Amino acid sequence: MAALVGVVAVVFVLLHLSGDPTYILLPLEATEEQRAAFRHHYGLDRPLAVQFAVYLERCLRGDFGQSFSFQVPALSVVLQRLPATLELTLAALLLAVALAVPAGVLAATRRGTRYDRGLMGLVLVGQSVPTFWLGMMMILIVAVRFHLLPVSGRGTVAQLVMPAVALSLWLVALLARVTRSEMLEVLAQDYVRTARAKGISEPGIARRHALRNALLPMITVVGLQFGGLLGGAVMTETVFAWPGVGTMILDAILKKDYPVVLAGVMVVALGFIVINLMLDLLYSALDPRIRRA
Amino acid sequence: MRVESQSAGMSGPLAIAPATRPSWWRAVRRRLGLGRRGVGAGGVVLVMVVLTGLFAPWLAPHGYDDQDLVEALKPPVGVGGTWSNPLGTDALGRDILSRIIYGARTSLLLSLSAVLVAAAVGVVIGLVTGYVGGTVDAAIMAIVEVQLSLPYLLFAIAFMALLQPSLTTLVVVLVLRSWVVYAQLVRVAVLSMRRREFVTVAIALGASDWRVLFRHIAPNVLASALVVSSFQLAELIIVESSLSFLGLGVQPPLPSWGSMLSQGREYISSAWWLVFFPGFAIIVTVLGANLFGDAVRDVMDPRLRGVGGPGRRARPAHREETPR
Repeated sequence: MAALVGVVAVVFVLLHLSGDPTYILLPLEATEEQRAAFRHHYGLDRPLAVQFAVYLERCLRGDFGQSFSFQVPALSVVLQRLPATLELTLAALLLAVALAVPAGVLAATRRGTRYDRGLMGLVLVGQSVPTFWLGMMMILIVAVRFHLLPVSGRGTVAQLVMPAVALSLWLVALLARVTRSEMLEVLAQDYVRTARAKGISEPGIARRHALRNALLPMITVVGLQFGGLLGGAVMTETVFAWPGVGTMILDAILKKDYPVVLAGVMVVALGFIVINLMLDLLYSALDPRIRRA
Repeated sequence: MRVESQSAGMSGPLAIAPATRPSWWRAVRRRLGLGRRGVGAGGVVLVMVVLTGLFAPWLAPHGYDDQDLVEALKPPVGVGGTWSNPLGTDALGRDILSRIIYGARTSLLLSLSAVLVAAAVGVVIGLVTGYVGGTVDAAIMAIVEVQLSLPYLLFAIAFMALLQPSLTTLVVVLVLRSWVVYAQLVRVAVLSMRRREFVTVAIALGASDWRVLFRHIAPNVLASALVVSSFQLAELIIVESSLSFLGLGVQPPLPSWGSMLSQGREYISSAWWLVFFPGFAIIVTVLGANLFGDAVRDVMDPRLRGVGGPGRRARPAHREETPR
């Protein structure tokens, strides 16, 4: 909660230092009286501390103020974009889990082989490719050259494919690396040796004994990334013109639409904190050792 | 690398030169694992990019802002271009290769100085908060927590939009990303080291707080800080190019790989080389830094394996976040 107030305070101060919104929102020929009236209407003529107190109190009631540029409640501007962000994020995360977990498990069980080294090489490359560059290359090759998928936008499944793949590459690399290192750690445990001694097959050990115990850190990674991506994948959204929360906040920052920026950041930070909380609960549900500790 | 005994035919000072290489250098080489493939390859890439940046005016065939509209949008060599512009030209007829070479200068200058400042600030803050504890510690950790709940890229965008984008503000924004990583890492290390015997002994022998902190504790966190620096360098290069791509980073006419990508984006269907090559430069450099960090980490201390990413702990110290 304290963190949440801190987040709001930082963004609030930052945005209010950034200049007078009347010069962006009102026509240039607006008179000084009109500007003053605008500031008065939105409470911008009051001291910063007062504005902040008023704002915090309104936030608690779920009222984030009116968007300067859309003339609708700021929160609804944010919530309107949330489904697009969730859709992209979930698609990318699902893809990442589907690809990275089997790859990481295989690499760990075949440690030191050509497969393991190849995968770790790919992971390193995957972590070094900027997503926006990958996105543009995909647009160039898949959409412009071969006309296989639409260039950008949202609505059809075909439009979701490229942004989701571009966004997931980095996640795949991250998750594959974590999966491999966790599996290696677990495979060195005594109970794995015991399971082997009992004659359980290697795939059985990997699945039933090792993977289950390696799950927690993997879930953490997925959860934290999900939390982080609630703020929208700004770069991916920009490249593919995906109407998510990220591009919305970016636009609002550039237009100095304070209420929308604040509402957006508030929703993102809240989501991040809620996900952290849920991760903690999930740990104790999944791992009896944590529950009893 | 083993120092081979030289063939007997050689004589004079040349023959003994390898054998007299100081032993500390060999120790450093062994400690850093410079002979290892990963460290070598990553290090070579990094050194080459640094040299490219340093000697840009001598290496680049053209100036970074030499415009020639007659030569605009010329393709690279091999697909219809000429050797006078090996990687083609952009919409203003500027040489892509030269701009990439000068871009190395911009990107590295920014990210290297940001890493150095962030490391200095973060390590000192981590040392002090970890050692002093109490209110100072609580206050700084609260700031860290606030920063980690902020979506960094959006924060950086707001910051850059608020201030006039300049190289200095860019470095400040990049430092804001990284100092937290160092502070957290060092703080945790100090907390665990405070109770170790060598610290207790030093205190018992009458060492001052400063001496304990900087003489006994600080050297022990430097290895992890070096590994983290390598990964942070990789990340900050991507952050810088992302901001420049959005038009909030390096401002024209100064070339940066990110801004080249954003200018090339308009011509993506007709002139692919505007986008392909600058991105390739980013990938090679970031890959070099990641490779170097990975290898140094494995060599220096296997226990550090968690530093670059979530390790054994159920909760990583910070969420890995690259602009996406």
